[in-house]
Amino acid sequence: MRPEAVGGDDQDDILAVEGLSLGFGGVQALSGLSFTARKGAITGIIGPNGAGKTSLLNCVAGFYRPQSGRIAFEGSDVTRVPPDRRPALGIARTFQNIALFEGMTVLDNVKLGAHVHLRTNVFQALAFTPAARREERALREEVEKEILEFLEIEHLRRRTVGSLAYGLQKRVELARALAARPRLLLLDEPIAGMNEEETEDMARFILDIQEERGVSVVLIEHDMGVVMDLCEKVVVLSFGQKIAEGTPAEIQQHPEVIRAYLGKSH
Amino acid sequence: MRIGDYQESYAADEALFRTPTQRVWLMAAGAAAVVFPFLAGDYLLYLANLVGLLAIGALGLNILTGFTGQISLGHAGFMGVGAYTVAIAATRLSLPFWIAVPLGGAAACLAGAVVGVPSLRIKGLYLAISTLAAQVIFEWVFGNWTDLTGGIRGINVAPATFLGFAFDSDRRIYFLIHGLAALHAYGAANLFRTRVGRAFVAVRDRDLSAELMGVNLFRTKILAFMVSSYYAGIAGGMWVYFTKVVTPENFPLSLSIQFLAMIIVGGLGSVQGTLLGTVFITLVPEGLKVLTQAVRPFAPDAMSYLFPLRDILFGAMIVAFLIFEPHGLAEVWRRIRRFFALWPFPK
Ligand SMILES: Nc1ncnc2c1ncn2[C@@H]1O[C@H](COP(=O)(O)OP(=O)(O)O)[C@@H](O)[C@H]1O
Ligand SMILES: [Mg+2]
Repeated sequence: MRPEAVGGDDQDDILAVEGLSLGFGGVQALSGLSFTARKGAITGIIGPNGAGKTSLLNCVAGFYRPQSGRIAFEGSDVTRVPPDRRPALGIARTFQNIALFEGMTVLDNVKLGAHVHLRTNVFQALAFTPAARREERALREEVEKEILEFLEIEHLRRRTVGSLAYGLQKRVELARALAARPRLLLLDEPIAGMNEEETEDMARFILDIQEERGVSVVLIEHDMGVVMDLCEKVVVLSFGQKIAEGTPAEIQQHPEVIRAYLGKSH
Repeated sequence: MRIGDYQESYAADEALFRTPTQRVWLMAAGAAAVVFPFLAGDYLLYLANLVGLLAIGALGLNILTGFTGQISLGHAGFMGVGAYTVAIAATRLSLPFWIAVPLGGAAACLAGAVVGVPSLRIKGLYLAISTLAAQVIFEWVFGNWTDLTGGIRGINVAPATFLGFAFDSDRRIYFLIHGLAALHAYGAANLFRTRVGRAFVAVRDRDLSAELMGVNLFRTKILAFMVSSYYAGIAGGMWVYFTKVVTPENFPLSLSIQFLAMIIVGGLGSVQGTLLGTVFITLVPEGLKVLTQAVRPFAPDAMSYLFPLRDILFGAMIVAFLIFEPHGLAEVWRRIRRFFALWPFPK
């Protein structure tokens, strides 16, 4: 089943958003927003606080349901797919305000990210059958080698996440999203609140995820330096509308952007 | 941190008992459990059996409340569903215990699926009230559907037999009860080594992000209710073969609260804590009994305060543990172990 393509040059786009509108009572969080994210690239979303960036991500992740507009993922319309079915399609995300499972260990948090790829049912689980055992072992090896070591948090795997520092929790969130084996990774301000060293580490991880794993990334970020360094294309939102789109260099020159966004924070 | 705690080999991460010491202790405990019924007197044996079957029920409640975060005040009701199913299956259908008991678990499991439905929409206090309603309805049915349940007279059941061997004494049924308890504790521990248990805990910790990770909230909560009430049903079934009779007052609201006390005192979200809590909460009323008997010469009517006193004590312990020791006896036990692991050179 492959519904008609929505918007743009479908083969090249991992994500195409068309005419997306979302309102909360009186507040119009998104109005008629359209943009595309190229497959294999890092696409930045910037804009002042309250511009609608998180709302946009929530629509793509299925957590909010837009009043109108369409969202196409790899060419198929996913606008109405329920949130718990999207990870299996290949969409994973992190949260602006960390949303980890605080009572669980780092390892279990990350393993939960792979939930949709696992098959053990309740009977196999209670008896811990050989099939369940095999699945758990393979998962642990994948998580240890491909994710925790990569993000340099393997020494923390038995710690409860509630006890970790903020910057490390952000890393665990990224690890959990990676465990879902996404083809599109949505990152909501992964660097906000980090010190310089942590910022550099995180930027390097994001770049590696895109370059080495071929994962497409949509990155919401306030840190203009990071956005300019990482992103191939930047989309600028203000009051729920796209006011500019282009390469980082173009965006920095754009008069509207300077007025609406850069002007304020610089 | 304890030095031996850091796992060099990743493979050991998912083992239930990680160190050789733990395995030795487990075997020692197993051996003690096998020898116990031959050394213990009638009274201790009776208490041990009670602890064993209540532990199965408490494990079920901890899966639902401690691990999945869904409170239930109807747990005794589910135990009753299991008990009556077993009693009816054994008497009217003449089914052997090894079919009747799983049937009791299955019936309670189905009841749990129904009672769990509102949990998608309501949480916390409201869920407590809706499960309380279920408890009240179950109790009413046990007492009033006389054709099926025998009303207040209840149902008498013959001892369980297997290939001609009758579990007709406390010592004999001890092995059945504790074998099942061990099996179910193992099952509960296993659950949380897999995706099923992780989804339960994720729903407890942050249900919305669990959903965005691909966990279907409705199915997961219903599943937790089903597993939990299945455990209660098995406990109820063993109750029938333990006491040989089932009556409506065996499964009152106060038993539901007693189950809650066990898991809170023992440790929410801990299999080991559940077992500690069950022992503790089952022994407290017995301690009280001894106490009231001791003061009888001075206060002749002390016995009549036994039950209210017991309930007050349970309430006080729930509150005290929630405030001062929210991780329950499991955490106290961990501290003791850590102390002795370092002793005599504490940090
Ligand atoms: N769940 C919600 N209920 C009501 N209003 C919301 C909700 N989520 C976002 N909004 C509103 O939508 C607008 C955009 O918010 P958001 O997407 O969080 O912006 P950003 O992430 O760009 O800072 C804001 O005015 C915010 O108050
Ligand atoms: Mg935001």
